[in-house]
Amino acid sequence: MSMTKVSSALADVTTPEVPSLEHIRRDFPVLHQKVYDRPLVYLDNAATVQKPRAVIDAISDFYAHDYANVRRGVHLLSMRADQAYEGARETIRSFINAADRREIVYVRGATEAINLVAQSFGRTHLQAGDEILVTEMEHHANIVPWQLLCEQLGTVLKVAPINDAGELIMEALARLIGPRTRLVAVAHVSNALGTVNPVADIVRLAHAGGARVLIDGAQAVPHMAVDVRALDCDFYAYSGHKMYGPTGIGVLYGKRELLEAMAPYQGGGEMVKRVSFEEVIYSDPPYKFEAGTPHIAGAVGLAAAIDYMRRIGLDRIAAHEAELLAHATEALQAIPGVRIVGTAAHKAGVISFLMGRAHAHDIGTIMDRQGVAIRAGHHCAMPVMTRFRVPATARASFAVYNTHQDVETLVQATHKVREVFG
Amino acid sequence: MSDLRDLYEDMILDHNRNPRNYPKTPEGANHHAHGFNPLCGDEFTVHLKVEDGVIKDVGFEGAGCAISTASASLMTEAVMGKTEADAEEIFGNVHKLLTEEGGEAYLPKVGKLAVLSGVREYPMRVKCATLAWHTMRAALEDVDGTVCTE
Repeated sequence: MSMTKVSSALADVTTPEVPSLEHIRRDFPVLHQKVYDRPLVYLDNAATVQKPRAVIDAISDFYAHDYANVRRGVHLLSMRADQAYEGARETIRSFINAADRREIVYVRGATEAINLVAQSFGRTHLQAGDEILVTEMEHHANIVPWQLLCEQLGTVLKVAPINDAGELIMEALARLIGPRTRLVAVAHVSNALGTVNPVADIVRLAHAGGARVLIDGAQAVPHMAVDVRALDCDFYAYSGHKMYGPTGIGVLYGKRELLEAMAPYQGGGEMVKRVSFEEVIYSDPPYKFEAGTPHIAGAVGLAAAIDYMRRIGLDRIAAHEAELLAHATEALQAIPGVRIVGTAAHKAGVISFLMGRAHAHDIGTIMDRQGVAIRAGHHCAMPVMTRFRVPATARASFAVYNTHQDVETLVQATHKVREVFG
Repeated sequence: MSDLRDLYEDMILDHNRNPRNYPKTPEGANHHAHGFNPLCGDEFTVHLKVEDGVIKDVGFEGAGCAISTASASLMTEAVMGKTEADAEEIFGNVHKLLTEEGGEAYLPKVGKLAVLSGVREYPMRVKCATLAWHTMRAALEDVDGTVCTE
């Protein structure tokens, strides 16, 4: 890869060629295979999304031509790697419309981002008796880090309830924001139910009550345009692998003044300005939170994924997935014995469902043999399962490469489940 | 469909639909254990009434997928009236049948439990099939806490 190519990754523009939706499947090598002699229908996108050739090539090209360690290298490869790595940070900044690239912290994924905020923001600003408010629909990644903090500090975890449709009960949430509420941590989109939460309203309520807001955007960023400044959230966390990028790279957005005031998360190289055995002077954000050699190629791959999504268009991705969701919802509802769990008015492309007396794992196994990859289980959201009094659900979830034929194949596969379980 | 039927044999489907010794806590039960498969959410409690080294009665409660439920039901039938030593031996044979390479060798030793062997082709489901067996064994040995197949 030449320097020109590196600088093209820096450019904050989309190329004029816009792939048509029918041709998008061609960009994903993994989709073109048979499983059990049937065409693969991949509907486990809420767990992780497959990678387009553009991302695979960007990572491979980077390792083949430009790889070296980043920061403080004086040789050419190190400078190229640094340009690609920091260029990716700029791509990420503009993608979520953050004000400043120093507000973009590289992490392993949304889980690490939330743990970072819990430990760094939490230990800096919270004390015993302070309250953290989450919702009943959170992924374990947005529950357990707060429970750990509560064990450490004696802070109190409060939970905003959801209704039978799987929507947040906003009046209850508003009532739970009290004088001791320091932080509201909420999913933008529920991974188990598909519910899209009114996060801008939640931010307004929380700020009015003097609380900060962290949004878990792992299930939102892949499916809709996100503008952290319009939302006015204090923290926003997401993962690269759910948005066509590689595993092991994710993003924590944090308002600059908050990141500056927070204690470091992990200690090591890169996160310090000066070290002696008597004293440490930490780097400024974001480097203060990026100890050790980072996932450099992961950042490059994530930027390539963002470029890819932009070429298609975030609005087109959202519109296509909304069509698939509507199609699948209507088709599944028409099948006797099917119950959809999560029927919010505003949903992203996730359908959790149950079928008569068939357990979710039996549904998953039978569908797998039809070539249909879905998820079965509690989706790391056990409190959601408890709320709906089910041990597990089957879940189909969509990405931009899914087709209406995929939905039809899913429906056909449910007939096999009924054949076995009656 | 034939391969799916190897897993979901009629006997499995029957024991799932109508589990034997379920839900049941035998009167005078003196050994209990709780089993949980976090992967699936399968969760069972096994109760045994053991007298003079013989399993006089057995029952289970809880809920799980078809494989784990049917396997639990078949387990209760298999160990009912057996000595503790026999139950341990049956557990060993079933466990080897389901988990070991070349486990088919144990088919002749397990009688109708051979119906569980279809799970060998579904590695993700082996834990479902073995949960109740591990739980039964934990009950015999009075293991405290929860048996976890993960």
